[in-house]
Amino acid sequence: MTPLDRAAGLGDYTLPQTAALEAESLFIIREVAAQMRRPALLFSGGKDSVVMLHLAVKAFWPAPVPFPVLHIDTGHNFTEVLAFRDETVEQLGLQLIVASVPEALERGLVAEESGGSRNRIQTPVLLDAVEKYGFDALFGGGRRDEEKARAKERVFSFRDEFGQWDPKNQRPELWGLYNGRVHPGESIRVFPLSNWTELDIWSYIAADEVDVPGLYFAHERDVFERDGMLMAVTEHSMPGPDHEVVRERVRYRTIGDATLTAAVRSAAATAHEVVAEVAASRVTERGATRGDDRFSEAAMEDRKREGYF
Amino acid sequence: MDLLRLATAGSVDDGKSTLIGRLLYDSKSVFTDQLEAVEATSRARGDEYTNLALLTDGLRAEREQGITIDVAYRYFATPRRTFIIADTPGHVQYTRNMVTGASTADLAVVLVDARKGLLEQSRRHAFLVSLLRVPHLVVAVNKMDLVGHSESVFEQIRAEFTGFAARLSLPDITFIPISALHGDNVVARSEAMPWYDGPSLLHHLENVYIASDRNMVDVRFPVQYVIRPQSSAYPDYRGYAGQVAGGVLKVGDEVVVLPSGFTSAVAGIDGPDGPVEEAFSPMSVTVRLEDDLDISRGDMLARPANRPMTTQDVDAMVCWMDAATTLAPGQKLSLLHTTRSVRAQVKAVPYRLDVTTGHRDETATSLSLNEIGRVRLRTTAPLFVDPYARNRTTGGFVLIDETSLATVGAGMITAAD
Repeated sequence: MTPLDRAAGLGDYTLPQTAALEAESLFIIREVAAQMRRPALLFSGGKDSVVMLHLAVKAFWPAPVPFPVLHIDTGHNFTEVLAFRDETVEQLGLQLIVASVPEALERGLVAEESGGSRNRIQTPVLLDAVEKYGFDALFGGGRRDEEKARAKERVFSFRDEFGQWDPKNQRPELWGLYNGRVHPGESIRVFPLSNWTELDIWSYIAADEVDVPGLYFAHERDVFERDGMLMAVTEHSMPGPDHEVVRERVRYRTIGDATLTAAVRSAAATAHEVVAEVAASRVTERGATRGDDRFSEAAMEDRKREGYF
Repeated sequence: MDLLRLATAGSVDDGKSTLIGRLLYDSKSVFTDQLEAVEATSRARGDEYTNLALLTDGLRAEREQGITIDVAYRYFATPRRTFIIADTPGHVQYTRNMVTGASTADLAVVLVDARKGLLEQSRRHAFLVSLLRVPHLVVAVNKMDLVGHSESVFEQIRAEFTGFAARLSLPDITFIPISALHGDNVVARSEAMPWYDGPSLLHHLENVYIASDRNMVDVRFPVQYVIRPQSSAYPDYRGYAGQVAGGVLKVGDEVVVLPSGFTSAVAGIDGPDGPVEEAFSPMSVTVRLEDDLDISRGDMLARPANRPMTTQDVDAMVCWMDAATTLAPGQKLSLLHTTRSVRAQVKAVPYRLDVTTGHRDETATSLSLNEIGRVRLRTTAPLFVDPYARNRTTGGFVLIDETSLATVGAGMITAAD
């Protein structure tokens, strides 16, 4: 369906909201390619980064995407998602750079935290990769509807030479004018999906038939309940002696660190069914599935200050 | 379903956060885990009832101090429309944040406390909405429950505001009496105010007609990025990518390229899903021309008989946004206008504007943080501009400090010569 076909339903020259969001994202992505010296796109195989990459392909068509993709590999991955990452990159002929947390642990850049979560120690690994490759801009799939701190972050989010975000010292962003100027060592995190909601992402995936990992759709899986969340039985999340393992029909609303990301009970087996499910959902995706945001009310704000995505 | 961008202005005292919380809550856009977190925080703070304002407080400092510092973006959808709210703080020291939030808004909601009537702050907000040319304004007269839902209080505020607004550029003003705390006239019409026969706030937001607000007359296409694959599949493809800033560009149209002045015709337009016959704002497309011309980022396509002004001398209203520096004659800055970046020198500051009274202080020679004034600039290379009142994209620019590289000012072009 072309934008005009979409518009036709609404009469005179009105863009429906997903087309308007798409147009805004394409502009942002091209602006980075035009302004920045060495950008990279953070790609995890998660739905937001998949949509972001899909938009990047559209932004430069028929030319190739003019920057590499970067994956911060926690070592806590869902196997299916890694396979999806590799297939996608291969199919699009992109350069993939992997910054590995296990490798960083080995060389002593970071140390395992108590509890085994690698959420926080991703940050030094990310910053190390930025320095090593000299990236001055990183595309992230973050959305403002996800979380309170993100709601206040700019599309072009300035980071100092330590990769830190200072929420009180952000560059004003007016109209569609994005200031990507940085001194050597400083960088910009760019969020082309800032104004998309979870529902927009799924509506777009359904309408554009974007390939996403199968984990996002309902499937049978052995799970157990931990802190009120459904965890899959994997090498990264094993049930304890008190946990009862049951077989459930589930899907993932978010895909992150496999030790922390929970599944939800669901019968939604297609993108269109997921759209319907998300539209009816009364719990946010992070609230439903992410152990990492439960630590404190300001968990995300603190991690961003340290240089997190 | 289309998209409406709205900006809200007001302080905590006006009940602005409560209003947004109420809109989100009553339109069922608040999720249970968010609500539980807010209820827990409310209890911990000893609030009498669940404080919906907490839904919108983002940063730690804001929660601790109970204030809004920065622009926060909120999202909600109804079956009719999706909405992006730019929630901006109301105090004078955050004028730059309100200017930022209003820059992209289709509609602004200004809150007035029914007990206090029009304050200095309300006048300032109305003035900024007018300056930023937000096409639609809603004056939400809040806390009607505290004035006995009095029609005469509402009418008095409406009359006073209307008189004051006559001097501004506010083409569409709607007055709605509400109580954000109790939800009166926010989502549903209130039974407490039978004398009011207008729409609820949400009903108005869902139905206000915005399609004609964009400029569909003057074709403006700032070239953002040149796409040349040089691949075996597309050996000769040469396209100019960008977002349409005005008018309707059609395949076959004759166009002029600025600054070169060469003309050509549109051979094709590639949209995100393939070729399209025409493109309009805000579509992002790639335009192919019949002739092989030298065109790069920062150039602009227009129609030969309808061109923007090409100028190196710019007159603008500028809002200064930097605490560390002031804007003054002689100063050199970088200027970003559409996709074009040039250097500029401040030639004069003819006056500074009192954003509350509209008074022009012609003795002023500089602008400090949050101050707005008329500024004359000379640029090192020509810009292709329209008056901001005619086109917010080709009439707006930002100023960048050449040392700190921070964005320090925002300008709205009043005239060019």
